Amino acid sequence: MSWTRENRWRAVLVLAGVIFTVAAPGVLELFTIINLSTVIALAILALSLGLIWGYGGILCFGQTAFFGIGAYAYTIAAINFGGSSWAVLIAILAAAVFAAVLGYFMFYGRVSDVYMAVITLTVTLILYSLLRRTSGPEYKIGDALLGGFNGVTSPPLNLPWAPYMPLFPEHVFYVGMAVLIIGYIICAWLIQTHFGRVSVAIRENELRAELIGYDTRFYKLAMFTIGGAIAGAGGIIFANGVGRVTPDIFNLYNSALAIIWVIVGGRGTLAGPVMGAFALFYLTSWLGTQGVVNNNLVLGLILIVFVLAVPRGLLPTFISWWDGARSRRAMQRRELKVRRKRSRRSSDQREVTHEK
Amino acid sequence: MKSEIVVETRNLSMHFGGVKAVDRVNFNLRENELRCLIGPNGAGKSTFFKCLTGQLAPTSGDVVIRDFNGTGRLPHQIARLGVGIKTQVPNVFDGLSVTENIWLAARRWHGAARARSLTSQTVERLKLGDIRADTVGQLAHGQRQWVELGMVVAAEPWLVLLDEPAAGMTHDEIERTVEIIREINQQSTMIVVEHDMQFIRMISSKVTVFHEGRILIEDTMDVVTADPRVREVYLGSGGS
Repeated sequence: MSWTRENRWRAVLVLAGVIFTVAAPGVLELFTIINLSTVIALAILALSLGLIWGYGGILCFGQTAFFGIGAYAYTIAAINFGGSSWAVLIAILAAAVFAAVLGYFMFYGRVSDVYMAVITLTVTLILYSLLRRTSGPEYKIGDALLGGFNGVTSPPLNLPWAPYMPLFPEHVFYVGMAVLIIGYIICAWLIQTHFGRVSVAIRENELRAELIGYDTRFYKLAMFTIGGAIAGAGGIIFANGVGRVTPDIFNLYNSALAIIWVIVGGRGTLAGPVMGAFALFYLTSWLGTQGVVNNNLVLGLILIVFVLAVPRGLLPTFISWWDGARSRRAMQRRELKVRRKRSRRSSDQREVTHEK
Repeated sequence: MKSEIVVETRNLSMHFGGVKAVDRVNFNLRENELRCLIGPNGAGKSTFFKCLTGQLAPTSGDVVIRDFNGTGRLPHQIARLGVGIKTQVPNVFDGLSVTENIWLAARRWHGAARARSLTSQTVERLKLGDIRADTVGQLAHGQRQWVELGMVVAAEPWLVLLDEPAAGMTHDEIERTVEIIREINQQSTMIVVEHDMQFIRMISSKVTVFHEGRILIEDTMDVVTADPRVREVYLGSGGS
């Protein structure tokens, strides 16, 4: 990976994330820290959608399906194994396998973009209705009762292969930040590999990518699966942050929210969607405490404003504004220098004529 | 001595409902040949081209490319045979730079180091040096066509299929495109679909005339233009 300008900024962001992880628990209240783990989980979900939509060009309207499957698989496995070590692996794997199977039928079946959005959304909603109907005692996997719309209580994470040492809720914050930062680094690395560059090329023009010999179905499937795995990892953090998983994780509101984060933060960036998730989460919870306007109304308004006025999203708009401002400043400096040189020259000439 | 046949279609047909866009076409192309496919609009040459390149699966008949049955294969499977394809509407990666576009084509078949050197060679070969860092979507139409040609040749194909490479070009741009095509032809067998007669005359190759989904005549440009049937179906309406 070369130290291009993008990568320098990415390094700065990672550093900022690390500093925040270390410093935040000392500054912020315990309640805020515990609350933060949930937001971080959502940010990981946003990151995964930012990867597959922003770089892979795959509009997945049901990214929460993999997020929710990660959360459920973690919870169910942790209850059955009496520890979280295997549960973490199983959760990520379950989300990835589910994404791979769903993706196989969509990409190898040559489903077009619009239908892909519909299918992924529908799958999420099917999971929602399905899990809401599992309230009886007969719906259980091993020792884990699915609990219908009440959901399942998630066992806390523990130190690797030490079930007797569970993490406190405030420690989940560290794990969450670690997953977010590592996930971000993985995504940033991925988009610069041959694989990542081909994925971007497919986003730009799928037919051309095929004509130069790439099997685009395979690339899209791999991208989709990786996105599913990252979303699944986010689900694990979510289950720990909230302490419980319910079918609501699959509802329409959440799947739409993920799309809005990416649109607001900026498609084609990785940090944008993450920032979008943080910003909108705190905006909506602040609005909730005010109790003046309906949350959904504001979210809808934000979406409309962004689609119409800031279609590229916050981060890309900011970057191009920054670049523009910088080149303007550089141009002004150059002009100033030229003017100064010119005035110096003319004053020199004046002196010469004086001497004559 | 006649060289070996490298592209062959046997009774190739492509029907869209009742429309026979390509109707039982038998077509042969020999190694190192440069062949132009011409015909008025709707003659079936582009559909024929799409059947060759895997963009369409023919209704019946076979496409054989060097002992490989290419019938109904996908474009990337055709490309894997060492076939470079340029489509009618420029298909390029608009959001990416010129070098990134060409690199993606070169890297498909070569290692990282070889792909890098192939990319800079191709940029030089097509004289794209001045615009190498530009985003392709912001280039002029003719330049985008050359970028696409660059992607085709960067993969070092033995067979090159071009669909209207000179469409929408100015006279100077056409001249350069002809140069490029002649140069590509030194190493590769080529099929060029075109309906600009001026352009075909400049290439001066053997010509296959399509009409109503069939091959009307196959000969040199002079013989073709002198043929009364061709005059009737094509030059009569197209003008020359």
